[in-house]
Amino acid sequence: MADVTFTVDGKKLTAPAGTLLIDACKNAGIEIPAFCYYPNLSLQAACRMCVVRIEKMPKLQTACTTPVAEGMVVQSETDEIKQARKATIELLLGNHPLDCPVCDAGGECELQDMTFKYGAAESKYIEIKQHREEQQWSPVVYFDRPRCILCYRCVRVCGEGMDVWALGVENRGVSSVIAPNGQDHLNCEECGMCIDLCPVGALTSGTYRYKTRPWEMNHVATICTHCGDGCKTTLGVRSVNDGVEIIRGDNRDKSGINGDFLCNKGRYGFDFANRTDRLTKPLVRQADGKFAEVSWDKALDFAAKKLREIREAKGGQAIGVIGSNRTTNEENYLLQKFARTILGTNNIDHHRTADYVSFASALNGKSGRTAGLRDTTSAPAILLLGNNPTDQHPALAWNLRSNVRLNRSRLYVANHAEIKLRRQAKSFLQIPQDGYASLIQYLGGNDGAIAADDNTTAFRDAIRKEESLLIVFGSEYRGRDIQALVEFGLSLPNTKFAALGDYANSRGAADMGLLPDLLPGYVPVNDAAHFVDEYGATLPTTAGLDLLQMFDAARNGDLAALYVVGSNPVSRYGVDPSALKNTFLVVQDMFLTETAQLADVVFPAANLYEKAGTVTNTYGDIQLVKKAADKAGVRTDFELIVRLADRMGADPKKLVPFGRGSFADMGQTRGAQSGEADRHAVWLAANHLEPKLSPFDPFATLDEIQRLVPSYHVSRLELLTGSEQPEKFDLVQIQPAASRRDLVLPAEDTLFTSGTLGRYSGMLKDIVESHTTPNPAETAAD
Amino acid sequence: MSTSATTIFSPETAARFDRLVTLYPVKRSALIPMLLYAQDEIGYISDAVVVEIAQRIGISELDVRSVLSYYSMLRTKPVGKYNVQVCTNISCMLRDGYGIMEHCKKRLGIGHKEVTSDGLFSLEEVECIGACCWAPAVQINYDFYDDLTTEKMDQILDDYKAGRGKETV
Amino acid sequence: MPRLVFHPEEVKIISRRFGQGAADIDKYIALDGYKAVQTAIEKGVDWIIAEMKASGLRGRGGAGFPTGMKWSFVPKQSERPKYVLVNGDESEPGTCKDHVIFLHDPHAVIEGTMIAGLAIGSKMGFIYLRGEYRYLLKIMEKAVADAYAKGFLGKNIFGSGIDFDIVTQTGAGAYEVGEESALMESLEGKRGVPRIKPPFPAVVGLYGGPTVINNAETIASVPHILLMGGEAYAKVGSERNGGTRLFGISGHVVNPGVYELPMGYNLKKAIYEVGGGISNGRKLKAVVPGGSSTPVLTADEIDVGLDFDQMGKAGTMLGSGGIVVIDDQTCMVEFALRTIKFYQHESCGWCIPCREGTDWLKKTIGRVHAGGGVAKDLDNIRYLAENMLGRTFCPLGDAAAMPTIGFIKKFRHEFEDHLNGKPCPYAHAEEPALV
Ligand SMILES: Cc1cc2nc3c(=O)[nH]c(=O)nc-3n(C[C@H](O)[C@H](O)[C@H](O)COP(=O)(O)O)c2cc1C
Ligand code: SF4
Ligand code: FES
Repeated sequence: MADVTFTVDGKKLTAPAGTLLIDACKNAGIEIPAFCYYPNLSLQAACRMCVVRIEKMPKLQTACTTPVAEGMVVQSETDEIKQARKATIELLLGNHPLDCPVCDAGGECELQDMTFKYGAAESKYIEIKQHREEQQWSPVVYFDRPRCILCYRCVRVCGEGMDVWALGVENRGVSSVIAPNGQDHLNCEECGMCIDLCPVGALTSGTYRYKTRPWEMNHVATICTHCGDGCKTTLGVRSVNDGVEIIRGDNRDKSGINGDFLCNKGRYGFDFANRTDRLTKPLVRQADGKFAEVSWDKALDFAAKKLREIREAKGGQAIGVIGSNRTTNEENYLLQKFARTILGTNNIDHHRTADYVSFASALNGKSGRTAGLRDTTSAPAILLLGNNPTDQHPALAWNLRSNVRLNRSRLYVANHAEIKLRRQAKSFLQIPQDGYASLIQYLGGNDGAIAADDNTTAFRDAIRKEESLLIVFGSEYRGRDIQALVEFGLSLPNTKFAALGDYANSRGAADMGLLPDLLPGYVPVNDAAHFVDEYGATLPTTAGLDLLQMFDAARNGDLAALYVVGSNPVSRYGVDPSALKNTFLVVQDMFLTETAQLADVVFPAANLYEKAGTVTNTYGDIQLVKKAADKAGVRTDFELIVRLADRMGADPKKLVPFGRGSFADMGQTRGAQSGEADRHAVWLAANHLEPKLSPFDPFATLDEIQRLVPSYHVSRLELLTGSEQPEKFDLVQIQPAASRRDLVLPAEDTLFTSGTLGRYSGMLKDIVESHTTPNPAETAAD
Repeated sequence: MSTSATTIFSPETAARFDRLVTLYPVKRSALIPMLLYAQDEIGYISDAVVVEIAQRIGISELDVRSVLSYYSMLRTKPVGKYNVQVCTNISCMLRDGYGIMEHCKKRLGIGHKEVTSDGLFSLEEVECIGACCWAPAVQINYDFYDDLTTEKMDQILDDYKAGRGKETV
Repeated sequence: MPRLVFHPEEVKIISRRFGQGAADIDKYIALDGYKAVQTAIEKGVDWIIAEMKASGLRGRGGAGFPTGMKWSFVPKQSERPKYVLVNGDESEPGTCKDHVIFLHDPHAVIEGTMIAGLAIGSKMGFIYLRGEYRYLLKIMEKAVADAYAKGFLGKNIFGSGIDFDIVTQTGAGAYEVGEESALMESLEGKRGVPRIKPPFPAVVGLYGGPTVINNAETIASVPHILLMGGEAYAKVGSERNGGTRLFGISGHVVNPGVYELPMGYNLKKAIYEVGGGISNGRKLKAVVPGGSSTPVLTADEIDVGLDFDQMGKAGTMLGSGGIVVIDDQTCMVEFALRTIKFYQHESCGWCIPCREGTDWLKKTIGRVHAGGGVAKDLDNIRYLAENMLGRTFCPLGDAAAMPTIGFIKKFRHEFEDHLNGKPCPYAHAEEPALV
């Protein structure tokens, strides 16, 4: 829309016509207070805090509902306005409990801030205050009614934002109260957005309430370890005896690709990290078959010695490596380098949840054809094929809903199930479970491919008319089906694609070459010249065993050793424990998982919240992971791989190119308390300097990745400041393989499960138990 | 939803509801009248009423509760067969509305929003009922009684007790 | 059953058919019923609007907005259907005028609705009655059914090729629903919370369509205006306040009742002549001139004409025309308390100043009245009320604040007496709590 010019406090401002005055002012650095206004939610004008004086208007006007107009003259902070706001706060505080000292929101409460700002300190209220007991509405949502100021943000975000509509208002007047849909409890998706948006301490989180004061925590914004969307979650952490504990997760800085959103896993699903049954000492299986806790030296020496013996006796092809979907890119990269250059094997794989390889080969270097998560908030038309984002990609679901609601984006959904997002869809097509491939044929013009009716024709016609379509597809599409899908998409003018896979770094695992036939960047193992140059070592050139073949080999006695990093294949793939009885098994994990229980050596590992590095979400957004927490006794997978290599006699400097390249500094560690160090890191990056004195510095490995994997050649500076960087997928050149074995196994997680990791979250368990449906897949593992 | 065997309402009321939802450009407009008529029949808005009306209109039970709790004539607890609503708002107050209220309390032996033990009467002090020029006024269920004195009030209550009261629904 | 009153000072226009059995459609027709709408069809939209503008009719719901002008704001073209909405929520304490219209002349409301529909190009009207008016709803429903039976409503009304439908609707106990946008919410089956304005109902109203909403009395006046001519109607009233209106005189008068008086009629005369003076031989203390939300006038201030402009000049409002007369044996603190209790009970709760302000005021005035007041209470009452004024989401907050300010300004001495431990000279039986 055209710009208009108006005046606020004597300053001439311009903004597009129709912009709300409150937003226009904010953009110009003029803060107008508001309790009920929240960007992108419906307007309320209920709190009356945003009142301003507009020339020619008889009364004060609410800035939250007034669009700017040409020539408008506004005063935003006169004595009259200050008095109005002060009085409003006084009115609110009248019957408001003054339990700030124990209130969760104390210190980060908008009401406190406004009281401070407008000096409403005198307590005029001498009537008896109404007390009401706090209510627990769900395992994670508590409601303290007297603290509620009725801004209706929670009601709106639940309804408009989440399309859940679990909150409403009951009674009227001063008895008005926010009410949950189950009368005394909530039936909802437990996203916690209501808590996030609550400006005061009325809605509090089951994981956080009464645990600490906000100023006693450090707040570290990092990437969620759960699904493939890669939301930024801010972890509130606090020092404890055995490290740094995570007290809460929230979305306070809102700078991430998730915008305003965070789901229940990102918000509450951190508690596995604080568990007391975490492994903190290395375990080595003894002659009696039992585990014994041993020193790091002993455990590392033992594992290294055995691996070395096996390599020397039987060669690298007798050793297998299984990586993880939740470790960092640097760790995954390092793991494949370790496997290929030190163990001398291409037997490396991971639990694949989407066929990124076929996706890469289908795109075959075409540029501008992939979409980041942010694109889903603005694409004018989106075709969603398969998947159920509400459960499996909550942030994507949020974006799709918001895009439809705020931008009238056209959403087309085809699915075998009546997924919830059909409610936002312009049209919804229900297809047979095995009909995804046929659907593409049909969309491409083959009328007979599916049983067509008016609805299907209309669906196809509408899609083919779109001039700029974003196709988001689930793991229902693999191999040749992806090829066909991409071909169809490319027949339309401006199509972009996004492939949906599960877990925080499954895309990174594929990108980093945790694959038996492909090196990082999808380079075939027989075309390793670059890598040989960089590594100064030879690499095996024939494709190794994939994950299932490794277990077959173990069963046949052909796999003498298996190194499993952050993964639970025994449970996920239902491996018979006896298959591994002749295989020397080394496992790195947080817990004694089904796989770890079978191991000969178990190394206690750190999780994603306890390390630094990068991860790549399923859309190819590369993001910085910051170390937030710490646990005495555990080591990052990165460190473990380096130390194992060292003890196997390899030169750590060849594995991690630290100290090489540019310049070095004093090498600070990145940790929760490392605000200084982080700032320092930014400064270094800005000056093209990097701290690289340590062999455990993942950023040294990132250097190498960026040298060898062109698609990761993104701005380091931006990455380090916490902005996501879209992977340059067009730089991935890969020959379409004749035929590849389909090893994709979707995680099938629900909103409240997260593979093996989720099983170690007490909070997620509580949520699952409080929800009779949907029933979580108890076997979920990874 | 048609007038099926599953309804908790009488055939007449169910039929009325079937018609009500067709009267307006949107179904939901029938909500408040439906709640009122449901209350007339059942005595109050029970959970079952909420469930059925939510289904009939196609909205959530929370939506129904949210609306019903807004309107002061709708109640979620039973009242007496005859709900005596005494207006004490200004015009009635000036003409002894409080006196009438007090009198009813004594006569019936119950207070504001209470029910007699035989379940026959309940008493409620209400806001202006739109009979200011004929104050003081009382509504028993939907029937207006105005220009009251304590004697007239006694007579009215006696009539109801004896089954001679009006039964407008 | 409300008693009908008559007084020679009355000018019978809208109440012309009261007491003549006009609820019966044939009787109504015999008394010139449904003539105005036929004339309106004949003469067309521009004529209707011109007559309405000439009549000087100002809305009888309280705000006094010129009706002809309101109708002319409705856009001619609209993608969404347009609606006419009759506001029969009548809940302002002191007001019971619509009550008698529904009772005695329901067809006038129907006919007025049809004419409003013609004027704005609407095909559907709603008549919304407060839930307590069940017996009146039945009368209205029957009248509507009779009009359908005669073919006056429905398809092709009076052979004009125009369709018009009317649906009656009931509230369920909520004063706030009388506010026009809250009424639309209520009619859409929602909580009676008002809407953000703009957009105004004339542009985006019921079901998102352009909507004219008028008070029942406003609507019932319309057929009469068209029959007698706008100018003739205007002449009956005072300057810029056309015609007559129904005034409800209640409280301490000898002959309380609903009287039709010309706009601009003197308030003092209304009380002493039409109302028969103060009952029980007492003296006048104060008058709440236009329903409970209008600021009180003292006995010295009542020599004023009953129209929107003159009342405004006198520092109060004409409001809904409910004149509440208060004698010298009345405790003004108690009166103020009963008033604020009402607004506290009826606040929808949407916005902070109204929700919290009415509750706080109620508690404080209640405490002062009960003898537990402290010195700063009186200033606090005024502070709170003044800080609600003009700051709330809808005018209910003002409706609570304005009279409160009036009471404390004009009868501060009575509040002070309560503070000073003087027993209330007009003490009542202890009042029950309204929850
Ligand atoms: C709190 C509040 C309550 C109101 N109650 C009523 C009412 O009961 N009846 C009515 O006709 N107008 C009422 N109004 C006025 C309406 O909002 C609206 O102005 C009126 O229906 C317009 O009709 P008119 O132009 O014919 O007066 C109320 C306004 C407010 C702010
Ligand atoms: S109520 Fe308002 S502050 Fe709250 S946002 Fe608005 S009017 Fe503004
Ligand atoms: S004040 Fe009692 S009916 Fe109006």
